[in-house]
Amino acid sequence: MRIVIIGNSTAAVGAIEGIRAADSAANIAVISAEMVHTYSRPLISYLLEGKTDIDRMKYRPADFYERNNVQTFFGCTVTAVDAVARAVVLDNGEHIGYDKLLLAAGSRPFVPPIEGLCGTEHYTFQSLADAKSLEAALTPKSRVLIIGAGLIGLKCAEGIHSRVGNIAVAEFAPRILPSILDGGGAALVQSHLVGKGLTFHLGNAVASVDGHTAALADGAQVPYDVLVVASGVKPNIELLTAIGAKAGRALITDSCGRTSLPDIFAAGDCAESIDLTDGRRRVLAILPNAYLQGRAAGKAMAGLEEPFTEAMPVNSIGLFGLHIGTAGAMRCEPETDNNPQYSDVNNYRRFFFSDNRLTGFILIGDVNRAGIYTALVRAKVPIDTINFAAIAEKPQLMAFSPAARKQMLNGEKNDS
Amino acid sequence: MKRIYVREEWCIGCHLCEYYCAFANSGERDMSDALRGVKINPRIQVEDADGGVTYAISCRHCERPRCVEGCITGALTVEDGVIRLDEEKCVGCYTCIMLCPYGAINPSDAGKSGRSRPIQKCELCLNNANGEPACAAHCPNRAIIFEEGGSPCGL
Ligand SMILES: Cc1cc2nc3c(=O)[nH]c(=O)nc-3n(C[C@H](O)[C@H](O)[C@H](O)COP(=O)(O)OP(=O)(O)OC[C@H]3O[C@@H](n4cnc5c(N)ncnc54)[C@H](O)[C@@H]3O)c2cc1C
Repeated sequence: MRIVIIGNSTAAVGAIEGIRAADSAANIAVISAEMVHTYSRPLISYLLEGKTDIDRMKYRPADFYERNNVQTFFGCTVTAVDAVARAVVLDNGEHIGYDKLLLAAGSRPFVPPIEGLCGTEHYTFQSLADAKSLEAALTPKSRVLIIGAGLIGLKCAEGIHSRVGNIAVAEFAPRILPSILDGGGAALVQSHLVGKGLTFHLGNAVASVDGHTAALADGAQVPYDVLVVASGVKPNIELLTAIGAKAGRALITDSCGRTSLPDIFAAGDCAESIDLTDGRRRVLAILPNAYLQGRAAGKAMAGLEEPFTEAMPVNSIGLFGLHIGTAGAMRCEPETDNNPQYSDVNNYRRFFFSDNRLTGFILIGDVNRAGIYTALVRAKVPIDTINFAAIAEKPQLMAFSPAARKQMLNGEKNDS
Repeated sequence: MKRIYVREEWCIGCHLCEYYCAFANSGERDMSDALRGVKINPRIQVEDADGGVTYAISCRHCERPRCVEGCITGALTVEDGVIRLDEEKCVGCYTCIMLCPYGAINPSDAGKSGRSRPIQKCELCLNNANGEPACAAHCPNRAIIFEEGGSPCGL
């Protein structure tokens, strides 16, 4: 059997490991537009910051493809999928046949239609190549304008901070990190970043740019030398939607990654998930999710059905030494409702409950042992069966009954 | 494989496991040198619950480790059933801390050696000179045992 994987990042690695867990013989081919060994995308900001290097960025060891007996086609872009001939078409004209195909093509930066942007120099921040070209444009005097105060924009700011003159961030939403933080949390993180010298223009779309100055919706003029566009990502789904695959914002699959097309799978940032916190389909563009979707797809392609049904948002981000951990769903009016239950200046904690369940939380500052909260969300533990008050300020297993704890800690192992 | 199991009804809450863990991972040869003037940050932690209930928690080395599955760098791996940390690769994003249902991976500190590592976890003392878990070896009431057995099921 020949399995072809388009993409060479997290979802692809998950798939390779999934295939090999079930089938040591299948013939695996990985095709990637990038020329490099699989690397961790989130580390590109740490690379610019000098906290890692190309070698340590490798997401799997140097002998990964060899050990898993994977044939690699690097520097090759897939331009079409021919489902009738069961082959993918490469940019060099070559056709590669498949029995099973996985699209693990991730996403690309979304570049908004801002007047003047098309014709002027700007950078995005998603791949190693992006990081390298941005790096080459920076000088110790650069005034940098980043469009977008999401995770990628702010990680970019952290990565380049010590190498530039100043950084301004413009964001359309009224607060930073709008997809993961409430108003109170966002204000706290923002003041930390302002303390590091960043400037913010919030609730303010960039109306136009001319290569040196950005005009904001409120009339402000922001001069810049380097412009970074970090206003979201767009799933790479066109190879499959062009041949009729069902998609919403990203490809729709079952919990083993099957698309609506026979023998074609999708995983990672190009596929939607069912968010277990509310049962809705959405794109959960985070690395752990990409890995687990990829692995389930890999196993299924190799004939082992092990559905991945635990997708949920979990974000962990450090910014200039301040840690933020969020998980699950925020069920509130983030702008108006700013009352964390347990909070002091350096330690913000907010929990969201509904129907006797913890559905989500936001921690800023101390995130130690937060996985205990994540587990409560994931397992939908009825809150009235545990002593949540005992762990609201500090997650501990003491919230559980001795019997439940014994099961958790020791499993089937009986006392002697 | 051999794992650490805890028997909370036998735990007397002495916290000795925490001190032996800190010592084992300090790189020092003498316990008092290792611990004098140090606020320990051990890889095993005793929780003191209401009613005098105590128990020690360290990495369960899960068969399906969420920390390894979610690690963004590839720094966490499974070697012969033991979840190992490559300190050189880890950048301290804390994704594993957000994913571990036991709270058994924790932020680290520079320690006495001054060498900073972003996170720490129990590696069954395979990462230090001890070779076998110091917490279990020194537990005065055998409330922490190191024995053959299956992976706990977690939450
Ligand atoms: C700066 C930054 C920081 C991030 N930080 C975090 C974080 O802290 N935590 C977290 O959980 N997530 C983070 N993410 C998100 C995380 O990187 C993604 O969720 C993850 O990389 C998705 O993996 P993937 O395999 O689906 O796709 P991608 O990583 O997007 O990889 C897609 C692959 O497909 C290839 N490809 C695409 N189209 C084609 C084609 N037509 N032909 C051939 N090859 C093709 C690409 O070259 C690439 O190899 C961050 C992302 C960025 C950019």
